[in-house]
Amino acid sequence: MEFFDIGLSHYLTLAAMLFTLGVFGIFLNRKNVIIILMCIELMLLAVNINFVAFSAHLGDLTGQVFTLFILTVAAAEAAIGLAILVVFFRNKGSIAVEDISSMKG
Amino acid sequence: MLTGLAFYLFAAVVLVSAIAVITARNPVHSVLFLILTFFNAAGLFILLGAEFIAMILVIVYVGAVAVLFLFVVMMLDISFSDLRKGAMQYVPMGLIIGGILLAELIAVFSAWKFAPNAADNIAVPFVQSAEGITNTEAIGRVLYTDYVFAFQVSGLILLVAMIGAIVLTHRTRPGVRKQKVADQQARKKSDVLEIKKVTSGTGV
Repeated sequence: MEFFDIGLSHYLTLAAMLFTLGVFGIFLNRKNVIIILMCIELMLLAVNINFVAFSAHLGDLTGQVFTLFILTVAAAEAAIGLAILVVFFRNKGSIAVEDISSMKG
Repeated sequence: MLTGLAFYLFAAVVLVSAIAVITARNPVHSVLFLILTFFNAAGLFILLGAEFIAMILVIVYVGAVAVLFLFVVMMLDISFSDLRKGAMQYVPMGLIIGGILLAELIAVFSAWKFAPNAADNIAVPFVQSAEGITNTEAIGRVLYTDYVFAFQVSGLILLVAMIGAIVLTHRTRPGVRKQKVADQQARKKSDVLEIKKVTSGTGV
């Protein structure tokens, strides 16, 4: 049956949808930095699905090795981002994105 | 058939829980749905034959990153309902941009074909379950040889992230009395001790 014949494009479409959900989530929760960080994790997960799908269908292991490095960087990014968030909350008593404007950038 | 069913099950749960992550009213629910998303993505990775990545995803994301998010959400005393005020105002814009992005990505991906000579450029050829080599072993064979530099650099990145997080969040609280070993060692007998001759019967 064609419908149950899972190919590369199924995974790529799923990853595209997940990435789009991540982008949309940033728009939907643009005041809440914690949710924005979670949306970034969702987008990184979509990228990882792409990497692993290509790796499996091409028979090349490099994609999986790079997924490993993306995971490392994502973990570091989450740790630093949340640390900055905690410090910011301690100083300002808020995590709303509009309040992050003391540098007038 | 069974693989197809499993794919659609995992994919549906991934998408539904991702929608729940971005729309949940309570951030704690968002984190829990994020965990569900990662679990099902790990299932998808297992379907693709990448067991090691699937296990790493569960350990690193569910075990570390999601718990970190949970800690921070619960530690910060924030009124999250205020943060949601006026959020609907950006929905049309987000829908337009998201729709365009999705249409473009699907247009690119649905017609995807590998170049005819793509198989010649494979860096680390790996045939699924060939010669009894597991996925983990195959990754280990290249990770510590061909990609050892990137591996070491990723270790450095983690070290820097750890030091950075500690430096950022560490604070010296006033009023907390701590042991200062250096001060204790630097104390001299002559600074603090005075010996006086007391003649008997007179007092000091």
